Amino acid sequence: MPGARPRRSVPRARLGKVFAPYLLSLPAGLWLLILFLIPLVVMLSLSLQSCNNATGACVMTWHWAEFGQQLSLYHSQLLTSFYFAGAATVIDVVVSFPIAYWIAFYGGNKKNFFLLMLLVPFFVSFVIRTVVWSFILSDQGVVLGTLKHAHLLPQSFHVLATGYAVVAGLAYNYLPFTALPLYVAIERIDKRVLDAAYDLYASKRQAFMNVILPLTMPGLFAAFLLTFIPALGDYVNQQVLGGTSDTMIGTVIQNAFLTNLDYAGGSALSAVLMAVALIGIFAYARLLGSTAIEEYL
Amino acid sequence: MEAALPAIELTGVIKEFRTGHDVVTAVRELDLTIAEGEFFSLLGPSGCGKTTTMRIIAGFEEPTAGTVSLHGRDVTGVPPNKRDVNMVFQSYALFPHMNVFENVAFGLRRRNVAKDEISRRVNEMLTIVNLDGRSHRRPRELSGGQQQRVALARALVNKPRALLLDEPLGALDLKLRQAMQVELKRIQREVGITFVYVTHDQGEALTMSDRIAVMNEGAIEQLASPREIYEHPSSRFVAGFIGTSNLLAGKASSVSGGDAVIEVGAGERIVVGTRDLAIAPGTELELTVRPEKIELSAERPAGPGCALRGTVTEVVYLGTSTSFTVTTTTGADVVVFQQNSALAGDLASRGDQIWLSWQPAHSYLIGQSAPG
Repeated sequence: MPGARPRRSVPRARLGKVFAPYLLSLPAGLWLLILFLIPLVVMLSLSLQSCNNATGACVMTWHWAEFGQQLSLYHSQLLTSFYFAGAATVIDVVVSFPIAYWIAFYGGNKKNFFLLMLLVPFFVSFVIRTVVWSFILSDQGVVLGTLKHAHLLPQSFHVLATGYAVVAGLAYNYLPFTALPLYVAIERIDKRVLDAAYDLYASKRQAFMNVILPLTMPGLFAAFLLTFIPALGDYVNQQVLGGTSDTMIGTVIQNAFLTNLDYAGGSALSAVLMAVALIGIFAYARLLGSTAIEEYL
Repeated sequence: MEAALPAIELTGVIKEFRTGHDVVTAVRELDLTIAEGEFFSLLGPSGCGKTTTMRIIAGFEEPTAGTVSLHGRDVTGVPPNKRDVNMVFQSYALFPHMNVFENVAFGLRRRNVAKDEISRRVNEMLTIVNLDGRSHRRPRELSGGQQQRVALARALVNKPRALLLDEPLGALDLKLRQAMQVELKRIQREVGITFVYVTHDQGEALTMSDRIAVMNEGAIEQLASPREIYEHPSSRFVAGFIGTSNLLAGKASSVSGGDAVIEVGAGERIVVGTRDLAIAPGTELELTVRPEKIELSAERPAGPGCALRGTVTEVVYLGTSTSFTVTTTTGADVVVFQQNSALAGDLASRGDQIWLSWQPAHSYLIGQSAPG
């Protein structure tokens, strides 16, 4: 019968329409559940357990005081982390804004090439890149050695094993995470809006402050998150480039887990870091006016 | 009292764009004087240089040669933010992060106008463009027509010496566009500011303008009133670009007392005014007749008019009128519009033999036909 086939396929099509969104979000949902939500719950529960350092066996003791203890023990490292990550983020924004602006406005048909150039360092492993920085910044390395040889710097001058080196390393490693969201935001700006600003008596500076910058805010917010948060928990830069005096919280957590086998302490410290970062982000969003941000996202 | 200075004066303006080794001339040797309070249109197809001309007036482009004066002051080389003209952009270019009030107040704020004066002038302008009560909306919460009026208000609130409008109605649908044409004309009368209007839409230009400059390939083909441009196109290009027109080619057979008799095809004769053109018998000429000036009749009409015979090849009903395409015995296709008035029946149908006739005054010589 010619009429039978289409009639049977109607309910199936409708069923597909209902389930398609769920099916499509299944891989991402599973990914989030298995690799993010479950570990997060495990971590939070671990931070409330007491562990035997020798055997590694843990028992749930609802030890809430762990958070406070970790915070009082390591608050200076936590502060250092905020300080370093903040400095690196500010440097990244200042450095990458002109880059992103230039590519978006003047990149012409070579835009993709310039973006690729930004990403080229990413083809090398994170740790290797950082180690190479330690060569570049070493006391008798290419930069300092040459400058010292030319008597432009005193022999005692050093960068490696200081906070400056850590901030430089962080800024270098996370630059693309700042530049790319900024680029996306600037690229989306209708260039005629700039013409309109000039037409309405705005100087270049006023056009930038009143039009470009506000329209870049959502990108700036994304850039901040993508740079500051990973930099906050970073421990590679500090260990390779930093000294022993300015330990970052990432190193402390890493030591807790891998050296001291203090799973409860490490988990509690991670939870504290997460909580502080989240509070900071919400305060920051509120400060910038989250409604204004939402409007463009 | 001295004579009023022209609002805008372009003298010998040339604009060349360089792309690699190529030089593209967008505007060639343009002289243009626009009077104070005039509604002036730059009309032409895309790529004719009309937008470039406007951007030169606004200061976004510097002319390769020539000067731009605003009210007698030479502003060549002065950046756009220091010129006393404002622009309404094609896609409005409203500031998306500001509400209607802030958009309109932008120019006044840059000029450090006092706060209460800003709010007074902005609200006044929002009333003129019928946007009261919408001052807190964001541009994207407004319809296309409303955005258009915000763009207009944002420019007009600064009381510029001239307002430049770059195809401002292009993005609107037909109904709204027609309403806005009337609206624009009203606003222009109300504020008394010189409007320079760039468009490729001849209907728009004819409806609103005091004068029109028809541009083609970077030069002005004709600069005149809408009626003059429509009735008396100065070139083949203008005749073809403005409205529908019928071009007839022929040879002058005799010239006497300001009239020329043109032979179009075998034995068919048309009378046309020579204007001031020196026409010798035997010259190849082109003339134009507007479709609505032609009468259709079954018999050869009596009287001194021009008449041609032909066969109806197409009939298109257009509502208020009907369009007939008639292939004349001379081989030319002539379009005729007939009003569908109460009296008009079915004048002719496809395949009918018919006579076309018009008054000699309505055939208009547009010069010698191109050689070759």
